[in-house]
Formats: sequence, C-alpha cells, structure tokens
Amino acid sequence: MAHFLTIHQLLEQLRAGELSSREATQACLDRVEKVDDRLNAFISVDAADALAQADAADQSRAAGEDLPMLGVPVAVKDVLAVKDQPLNCASKILGEFNSPYDATVIQKLRAAGAVVFGRLNMDEFAMGSSNENSAFGPARNPWNTDCIPGGSSGGSAVAVAADECIASLGSDTGGSIRQPAALCGCVGLKPTYGRVSRYGLVAFASSLDQVGPFTKDVRDAATLLQVIAGSDDRDSTNVPEPVPDYSAALSGEVKGLRIGLPREYQVQGMDPEVKAATDAAVKQLESLGAEVKEISLPHTEYAIATYYIIATAEASANLARFEGVRYGARLDGADPEEMNRKTRGAGFGEEVKRRIILGTYVLSSGYYDAYYLRAQKVRTLIRQDFLKAFEEVDLIASPTTPTPAFKIGEKVGDPLQMYLSDIYTISCNLAGLCGISVPCGFSEAGLPIGLQLLGKPFGEPDLLRAAHAYEQATDWHTHRPNLD
Amino acid sequence: MEYEAVIGLETHVQLKTCTKMWCGCANEYGADANTNVCPVCLGLPGVLPVPNAEALRLTALTGFLLNCDVPGYAKWDRKNYFYPDNPKNYQLTQLDFPSTITGFVEFELGEELESVRINRAHLEEDVGKSFHFADYSGVDFNRAGVPLLEIVTEPDITSGDMAYEYLNALKSILEYGGVSDCDMEKGQVRCDVNISVRPKGQQELGEKIEIKNMNSFSGVRRAAEYEIARQIEVLEEGGQLVQETRRWDDDAGITDSMRTKEDAHDYRYFPDPDLMPHRPSEEWLATIREEVVELPLARKRRLMEQYELPTGDADVFVGDAALGNYFEEAAKGLNNPKQAANWVINNLQAKLVETETSVVNLKFPAVAIGELIGLVEGGQISSKIAQEVFAEMFASGKSPATIVEEKGLSQVSDSGELEAFCREAIEANPGPADDFRSGKEAALNFLKGQVMKASRGKANPQMVGELLAKILNG
Repeated sequence: MAHFLTIHQLLEQLRAGELSSREATQACLDRVEKVDDRLNAFISVDAADALAQADAADQSRAAGEDLPMLGVPVAVKDVLAVKDQPLNCASKILGEFNSPYDATVIQKLRAAGAVVFGRLNMDEFAMGSSNENSAFGPARNPWNTDCIPGGSSGGSAVAVAADECIASLGSDTGGSIRQPAALCGCVGLKPTYGRVSRYGLVAFASSLDQVGPFTKDVRDAATLLQVIAGSDDRDSTNVPEPVPDYSAALSGEVKGLRIGLPREYQVQGMDPEVKAATDAAVKQLESLGAEVKEISLPHTEYAIATYYIIATAEASANLARFEGVRYGARLDGADPEEMNRKTRGAGFGEEVKRRIILGTYVLSSGYYDAYYLRAQKVRTLIRQDFLKAFEEVDLIASPTTPTPAFKIGEKVGDPLQMYLSDIYTISCNLAGLCGISVPCGFSEAGLPIGLQLLGKPFGEPDLLRAAHAYEQATDWHTHRPNLD
Repeated sequence: MEYEAVIGLETHVQLKTCTKMWCGCANEYGADANTNVCPVCLGLPGVLPVPNAEALRLTALTGFLLNCDVPGYAKWDRKNYFYPDNPKNYQLTQLDFPSTITGFVEFELGEELESVRINRAHLEEDVGKSFHFADYSGVDFNRAGVPLLEIVTEPDITSGDMAYEYLNALKSILEYGGVSDCDMEKGQVRCDVNISVRPKGQQELGEKIEIKNMNSFSGVRRAAEYEIARQIEVLEEGGQLVQETRRWDDDAGITDSMRTKEDAHDYRYFPDPDLMPHRPSEEWLATIREEVVELPLARKRRLMEQYELPTGDADVFVGDAALGNYFEEAAKGLNNPKQAANWVINNLQAKLVETETSVVNLKFPAVAIGELIGLVEGGQISSKIAQEVFAEMFASGKSPATIVEEKGLSQVSDSGELEAFCREAIEANPGPADDFRSGKEAALNFLKGQVMKASRGKANPQMVGELLAKILNG
C-alpha cells in the first residue's frame, strides 16, 4: 500500500524504519504493473534500475544518512534527460536514443536521495493539451479511461493521481503541468521562469518552459520544489535568486492575503460545474481570511494568439536538431536534404509538424515584424497587466481549465478548440509567473476540477501558503480514483 | 566607359580561447575526430549554452584594436539553416546588436595610407567539418562551437590589392593583440568577398556578387581581380549581372555560380531565448582597454620617427615584434640607434636563425649591444674584432668588455708598439714598399693588411696607415 503515500507520509515511515525504500519502490512498480495497461502513463519502466537505487537509499539510511527525499520514488516525464535511460519526448524521431547525461533537476533529485524511475507519457515534444499527441498512444484519465488526462504532462498527472508513484516531474510551457493536474485531481506547480534549471529539459519553447512537480498534496509540492529549485551555471536563464524555505510558508494562515479575480476570465464556454466549484473555492479562501477583489488583465484576449506565435517560433528552431545526423531515428536519402525530409516527415507527428510550420512561417522574412515582433510586444503588455495587478493583490485565482476532462478523440479534429483549453494557464508562462493547480471538486460525472492560483515572479511561498490553507480546509485532495 | 569596383569583406576569425564558446570542450586544432565534443556542442536534446567569458573579453579587445565602439547592450540570435555540420541546425550569432560596431583599419598600400571602415565585429560559433568518403560522409564536430569573430567591412575596398593589404593588416592586428593565431593552414581565418562594379561616378551600387569561403589572402586578391574583370566584361557586352553567390576555383583561377538570389536562404533570425543579452560594464571594459597594444602601423611609424630608421628596418621590427622590442631595449640611450638596428638585424637575427633560438632565450642582455657599439665608437676595438666579440657574447653571455679583456682583443693604439709592427712589415716586403715610394698609393693597403695580420687584428687601422706613410715617406 506504500504507493498510496505522499512524500511526507512515506518519509515518516522510512525514517521510523517501518518501511524500506525497496518496499515503497516495489509497491509503485507493482501498481504500474496492475493499472498502467489501462492508463498508459508510463512509456517505459526500468524496474531493475529503480530497485538498485532503492537499495542504495536503504543502505544510506541504514548508515545513518538522511536526505530530503531519501528513498522516495519519483517518476519523470519523457522530456527530461536521465543518464543511460531512453529519452523520446513521446516521439518516434528519437528512435533508440538514450541520454548520456542527467538533467540538472535529475542531479538534484539524486542528490536529495530520490529514486528516479520511469519515462512518463506526454504529448509529443510537450505539444498538446490532451496527451493524444503521443507516439506511444494516449495516456488515459484514471477517473474515466475514456477521457483525456490533459497534457502535455498527461503521464505525470496520471501516475500521481493513480498512485503509480509518490510524486512526479513534468514541464509546463502553457499549462502543461497545471492543466493535467486539474483534470486528474492532483497538485501541479509551475515555478517562476528562471526558478528551476532547464538544463536537460528538451526544449519546446525556451522562453516559456519550466520544470515542476506533480504531487498528492501541497506539502509535497513544497518539498519537491525545494529540491529542484535553485541556480545552475549551465542555464543562463536561471535566476540567481535565493531559494526560500517553502515549507515555512505552509502555516495555514491566509488572513489578509489579497486574491484577485480577473474580470476578463469570465468567458463564455466556461463549464457551469467548473465555475461553481472554483467560485466555492474562492469563497472558502475568503472565509479563511483572504481578501477577494476583482482585477483587470486587459490584454487577456490576445494571450492565446501571442502564445502560439512565440512558442511555435521557438519550437521551429528548437526541434531543428532532430534530423538523424548525430542521433535518433534516420531514414537515408540521396543527400542531406532528402535525409532530413524523410526523417522528419516520418519521425514527427501531425501536431508537431503543424507547430514547426507555423513557427517557421511567423519567423519568415516579410512576416517577422507582423507576427513574431508584434507578439513579443503583446507579451510585454500581458506581463505588465500582471505586474500591475500584483500591486493590488498577492495572488490571482481562476479555474485551471474551462471544462473538466473531455473524451479522447473529441477535439482531435479541431486544433483551435484544443488550444482554447489552455486559456487560463497560458498567460502565466507569457508573463513568467508561478502558478499552481489544486483539486477543488468534481463534476457530476465524477471528473476532477482544479483551482488555479497565480503568483508574482518568485511568489511561490504565497502560492503554497494559500493552496495549503485551502487544502487543509477541504478534502478534495484525498479522493482517489477507483482502479480495482 | 570606365568602371570602378566596390568590395566589402566578411572575415571569420577563430578566437584564441582555451575552451569553446558555449561549453568546456577544448578549442584545439588537430585532435582525433569527435574527441573534443560534449552534449552541448553536439546539440544533444536538452542542452543549453553558457557564454565563454574569455571569448567575450577577446571580442571587446578586438573592438578596441579595430577602433570600434563597444555598445552597452549586445544580444544573441539564432540563424536557422539545415546542414549536417551544424549541430543544432541553427547557428548562434549576433544580428542587430553585435558586441562591437563602427571602427576602421589603417594600412599601407604602396606609398599610400589607406583606411577601411569596419561595420562591426560580431561573435558567433563555428560549425563542424564535413568529410566525404567513397560511399558515405562524416562530420567532425571538434570545431563545432569554437568562438568565431566575424569582422565586416564597409564597401570601402576598390581593388584586389587593397583587399589583400587590408587582410594582411587585419591579420597582424589580431596576432599583435593576441586575439587569434590567424593560422590559415588550420582554417582559423576564412573570408567572404562581396563585390560589384559600377560606371565610375555612379552613386548606385551594382549587383552584388558574393564569393564564399576563401581561405587564402592571395586567393582573395586573385578572385577579386578575376571577378572585377568578369563583371566589367559582362556589362560591356551589354549583359546583365544578377545578385548571386559564386565559388572560387583556385586551380582554374575562375569563379562560378553557386546560387542566385531566388534560392537564397531565409535564415529566420530571432533572438536566442536561451541566452541573456550581454551588458558589458564600464569597469570590465576599462580592464580590457588596458590590454590594448600598439598596432603594427602605429608601431612602424613610431620606430621610423623615434629612431630615424628606414622603412625596411621598421618593417622588420613590426613583422617580428619580439625582435623589435629587443631593438628598442638595445637602442636606449644610444646616439645612433641605427647602429643598434644594424647589429640586431644583420648579426643577431642571422645568429638566431642559424641557431634556431629566439630573443627571449638570449644569454646576454640588450644593453650589451649598446656596450659593443660603444667599444667600436670609442676606438677600443675594430669593427672586425667586434664581430668576434659578438659571437662570444652570443655563445657565453659574457659582457663585451669582459670578452675584450679576457681575450686581449683591445685595439693597439700604442704608437711605439705599432711602429715596430710597421717597420717589420716594410722590411719583410721591400717590393710593395718601393712601389709606394714610387707613387703607387694602393701598395700601402697591402702593407697595412700585413700589420693587421701580424697584430691579429688588434692594431688601430687608422694609426697604422698614418705610421706606414710617415715611415716610408720619412
């Protein structure tokens, strides 16, 4: 049963000697064995490697060592480089590629004693909101396997929500942590841009990507963030801001905390059940002593267009390296150009190709000023909207997603509809803020609903404080899907 | 109709850093293929670049050497194009905010002092090198990520000769500044030539033709000369030139078309989101400004003025900076620095070549050259003996005075001693003595030679001549 535990529960038992890391790791592996046929959260699992790490953790503990996450199994999205493990980004194009190095966040996890295991399913190259764009088949929502789990970090959310691991790492470019966390009923945190090293995170959109934790409660999110945050000489965009003690923020106290509700987020198409659940959650925070007020983010309506210009432009260059010359799958051609065409034509999925073409277009000579340059200007305006709002409030609350999880296949034919499911999450990345999604209810059909809180740059302590206080006052986070 | 050529050069120069631009791999030529590589310079998934501080420093230093401004803000851009030697399939470079802008290079063209304006010197990364085998190709990525400076001129160059002299001047400036070794054999300098012609007096530029990837300066000169003639010929025959990129065939001595404007790349430049803009601080720039050395042309002019050296001597001391520094040390406090230059160029340089050593390994200090000159000028030794003393200085490092003393080489100016030598010579050679007496002045030289021989070169030649004449006429 150890797989049901949170990080702090497991650590307590490991420290008390009631449980070994091997037992906890084995419990997770057994759980994967039992439920993942139905969920497809994992692309692959190296059980022997996981157990070897667990044994090493047990030996360290026996030798008197204690570390922040010693012996805790953490699963990893297939977009983070783990030494000698496959790195596919849920794409065919990387073929049999194994990473020869560890991402900085993986090094930090190892230094904290965690057992790093598994390659978690995702939308190919983190492009998507439903996990349907995976070359390894879609991950499925553990609350209803006919539904999508969200994306792009679908596998990371499913693995935590279905107790296939204790916690996991994902990445968030426009909502890819918060949206699947909301749809699967777990906690997902996107740190401030520059808070966590991106070295070893395969880039989708470099100016928007951040690595962040998926956990079963807010306390765990603070613990995992504590481990992965901090400066890194190998990432020039990392901000050398001191890392505060995040657990110190978990006081349960929100009295006087000012929470803003953006007027512009009352959009058409918001599901009434989602609205009701998130309204209730805000009321709950208010009753705990928070001040709630309406704010304005005037450039909200441009966020999605801006995002899809900047993200695809960056992606078109970031994904150029996948052509089979140095690594990955390769289809031979008479000359380099033909080899490129064949390899990339066969290796990339539809959505990835769509975005590369879009990104190539917006950077093209004659279109650059009209699209890319203008989008950068609008991005600045969006950021200014938020910084202005944060002069009046400490946090901004909204639903994480406009609807609960939709059916697999439901929006596949309509990319624009799919893009709109990121409407509440996307601005956070454009503005370089931090954000969290916490469970705040269920639809009548039994699908989870998430509350999103956004914080100012490096405002993670406020985010965690409010999310934790809310979680203490409710029990949504304790609900589990029935997979027996 | 008379035509004029308009030429601009883009010169790529590898910077002399220990490591590559974005990673810790060695910046080293000649290693086995793909041994100086890591995830970063191979463009593996997930890696990020970190700027090389030394490369940034050398770039700013180059800016100062080329009389450029170093703006307070520079940024990095991605230049997108697919090629197997390009690991990320984009090259990091500086498009619109380069590290250095607007300078100039001065150089001599024949008797004239010329100046070519520098548009910019920006920093970018080198790519790998492709190798083609019988039935496959391979890429060596050792060179990928080596810091590369692209130095772009304004279209101020008007002939192949001028291009050639500009490149030589640029090379010596960069070598002088310690920025690059500029080793052409190792591909450390490569050049793109932009060239057009127009009727003399016309303001509007002709269609620009670019000749890519030249790797020798003489090649640039020949290609420019060929291209100017070719373009004029096309125009004179009533033809039209189109903007295109051409390749130089060094063996055939011709250029031929690679691609025209229609299939030119759209590089889709945009700011690199992985790198922060570079904002050089005033303090940092001040420390770099202190490292700016005297440029070759300025040095030449100073040597000519300060030491009254002829062009030839000054050129030697500019071409070999260490030798020049040595000369300046030797010439300190001398009335006639030209003498020191003669010793350094005629004697020292020859000895250095002969023994395959360099001035830094010399056993004697530069002031010894001055002392040696002093001994000759003071009449203590003859110029001939001075040669012998110099050889000994070079071998043992002893001071000239010590050598003269130890070997007893001091010139004999004692008239009594000299008179004895002279009488001996006259007695032994009655024929020449009679010849002189009967008016053959030249016979005196023979007798003089006998005296010098008998004195083992130590006799004061001037006094010997006077004494011989006195005795014979007596």
